[in-house]
Amino acid sequence: MWKLIFFRLLKAIPVLLVIATITFFMLRLTPGGPFDREKPIKDPEIKKQLEAHYGLDKPLSAQYLEFLGKLMVGDLGPSFKHSNRTVNEVIVKAFPVSAELGLWSLLVALGLGLTAGMIASIRPNSFLDYTPMTLAMVGICVPTFVMGPILILVFSLKLEWFNASGWDQWADRVLPALTLGGVYAAYVARLTRGGMLEVMSQDYIRTARAKGASEARVLLKHGLRGGLMPVVAFLGPAVAGLISGSFVVETIFQIPGLGRHFVEAAFNRDYTMVMGTVLFFAALIILLNLLVDIIQVWLNPRLRGT
Amino acid sequence: MSYLTVDNLKTYFHTRNGVVKAVDDISFSLEQGKVLGIVGESGSGKSVTVHSLMGLIPQPPGKIEGGSARFDDTDLLAADKQLLRALRGKRIAMIFQDPMTSLNPYLRVSEQIIEPLIIHDNITRQNALDRAIKMLEKVGIADAEKRIHSYPHEFSGGMRQRVMIAMALITDPEVLIADEPTTALDVTVQAQILRLLQELQDDLGVSVIFITHDLGVIAELANQVAVMYRGKIVEQGEVLQIFDNPHHPYTKGLLACRPRLESTFKVLPTVSDFLEEYEKDGQLELKERPDADTCIKDMQQITMPNIDHSDVLLEVKDLRVHFPVRQRFFSGSEGWVKAVDGISFSVPRGSTLGLVGESGCGKTTTGRAILNLVKPTSGRVKFAGDEIAGAEPKAMLPYRKRMQIIFQDPYSSLNPRLTIEQTLSEPMAVHKIGTAKDRKDRVVSLLEEVGLESHFLRRYPHEFSGGQRQRICVARALALEPEFIVCDEAVSAMDVSVQAQVLNLLKQLQRRRGLTYIFISHDLSVVKFMADSMAVMEGGKIVELGDSEEIYSQPKEDYTRRLIDAIPRDNVEFIQERISGNR
Repeated sequence: MWKLIFFRLLKAIPVLLVIATITFFMLRLTPGGPFDREKPIKDPEIKKQLEAHYGLDKPLSAQYLEFLGKLMVGDLGPSFKHSNRTVNEVIVKAFPVSAELGLWSLLVALGLGLTAGMIASIRPNSFLDYTPMTLAMVGICVPTFVMGPILILVFSLKLEWFNASGWDQWADRVLPALTLGGVYAAYVARLTRGGMLEVMSQDYIRTARAKGASEARVLLKHGLRGGLMPVVAFLGPAVAGLISGSFVVETIFQIPGLGRHFVEAAFNRDYTMVMGTVLFFAALIILLNLLVDIIQVWLNPRLRGT
Repeated sequence: MSYLTVDNLKTYFHTRNGVVKAVDDISFSLEQGKVLGIVGESGSGKSVTVHSLMGLIPQPPGKIEGGSARFDDTDLLAADKQLLRALRGKRIAMIFQDPMTSLNPYLRVSEQIIEPLIIHDNITRQNALDRAIKMLEKVGIADAEKRIHSYPHEFSGGMRQRVMIAMALITDPEVLIADEPTTALDVTVQAQILRLLQELQDDLGVSVIFITHDLGVIAELANQVAVMYRGKIVEQGEVLQIFDNPHHPYTKGLLACRPRLESTFKVLPTVSDFLEEYEKDGQLELKERPDADTCIKDMQQITMPNIDHSDVLLEVKDLRVHFPVRQRFFSGSEGWVKAVDGISFSVPRGSTLGLVGESGCGKTTTGRAILNLVKPTSGRVKFAGDEIAGAEPKAMLPYRKRMQIIFQDPYSSLNPRLTIEQTLSEPMAVHKIGTAKDRKDRVVSLLEEVGLESHFLRRYPHEFSGGQRQRICVARALALEPEFIVCDEAVSAMDVSVQAQVLNLLKQLQRRRGLTYIFISHDLSVVKFMADSMAVMEGGKIVELGDSEEIYSQPKEDYTRRLIDAIPRDNVEFIQERISGNR
């Protein structure tokens, strides 16, 4: 197992390197630069100075090598837009917020999704199946930028249960988590239903029934593990997406998370910021997929020893 | 004393295409401490029967339409779910056909074996574990104390079936229902499991309902036999009577269609030689064919053409196929599995070589290596005088047309998304033979040749039975007019009655087209029926090679003898001896 983890981490290095390289050159080949927008700097002298300050006057290859060199020691460089702050600082400050929102959303996704999926799988093609599955379909179809405002409209403006935005108290977590987690809950529900239906038609379920096991025991002890395999596989990229911050949800609810930096950096051609967030996101996905693989091996004994 | 009495059981399935009378008004009884065998082919309703008793019929679409099943003072069919659950696994236990899929792959064996005790008895985990270990020892699992903590995939097929048996018997049930418990196993493993069941039954006095498609298996341990056909019991009685003096034509057919070691017939009788079906007032009627005897006599006159032993089509010399145990990125491989380890033989044109041995002996790999489907590690394969071992795919292409293979599982070896016409014309399209019109004509004649009707062309594989699918596979292999076909366990997944039809078909095609076969099977009786010469394989090597009749009558190796002894002894003398000796 430790060997597996070691080799997987080793393999992550070239993957990250390829991602860094592609992003670097794609970003530089995109028209526009970090100092072209907002208040365009008219004076070519000042612009030159600025570019010299950030090393943008050097040839691209030199910039690339310098970037790689700094990357090796974990320095993502200064942000072009947030003056006086490095990309590292921005990430360290914003990521915990996004991660917290992500974890709450994950809780919502798993809580709602697993329950709905399991209920639906008990009596396929019945009322109990169609109702949660229809809801799940709605959850997938309604985008977060619609769901968020609707929730605000109902729960903060009409019922006045929660604040419409902000990130100060415990109650502020509820609406964003529901908005963000709702979509994932819908996916989890569909995957759970499919997985459970597949497993419950297996021969060993019949064996369990022949032993006189109660339906609850059959479902929880014999069905659940196998039925959850598709959900677990989905969770790797899903969790990475959840905790790295959602631009839409963070914007709607005015949450100081990483998602907004990510998107704003791209608009602003904040080269270092884009590189930093992309690489951070990539590393997160790799780590979480590794975690998922470990969980899968732990859940499924047939995968052990391979 | 009658223990479990079933009267007028009817289980119907209400499907979109109408009502299927899976079990149609059957009655039987199980006596205490006896073994009742229920025999019938797939779809005859034998499994549905016992599932009905156990309350395991999925409802809907299934529905028990009537009847009663008295067990003690309880009517199993009328009992509520709670009561039935209390009986299931406690007083009536079950084992199933496929030990590969009937054990939960996610749970340790220990968890699964103690589960019936945990559910039904007020017992501590530790006590349950102790009993489970004793039970595992009893079913012949060595080092049970350690092995009990393994997962199912760490056991072989036979061992898993032993685990299933231990799990069923751990609560000391009064009735054991065994649903095709040996069908998915090799004959040698089947023989072991049958012996074990016999011993346990003697020892524990449990009453057994034993379901199988194979009358030969019944001969090994049943007291009473009920023969099922299309949802009805067509004949029932004492086992000796059934074998000695069968009344119903279907029973006669079942008895006759099994390849027998001692017979030298070249064609097997099939059920349809004995049985005529016709509709009368919308009801299915069965009638014995009046000409059955003469028909079978004529069959025995059929002989195979002589073989010219100097005309060798395939020559294999010192063939080896080694697989790496585990490939490492840095350090190469940890070792080699010698699947095939230096074997040599030759096959004359128009003859059949049988490859026989237990699972894992390398017979399948041999077949595939000859066709270059796996790359041989070393050795020579000469086909029609040309060296083809390890040939590149392009160089192999002209030979692909002349060499074909038929696989074991007709379910997974046909593409479910292609119609029969597409499946059969694809090989011709690949080799650019004929126009589309030619191919279609050819497909029609192929279907006729394997005994299927041409209006099947537009159907998909799932619309066919197992036997029909294997006929389609045979037709596909014939599409390119090959000279040589590898039949890799081609009949092993089939009911004996269907097996006989497919074996006859293969023989008939050989006679008509002068085909050369390599016929691979774990069942020596089938190989002996099919093959002119036989190679017995063990651990990647050929331990005995020669004329089929000779090897059967004078086996030199213990291993060969074991393969012969594993064939169920379904003759009257054996049954007489067994009944008078044991009881």
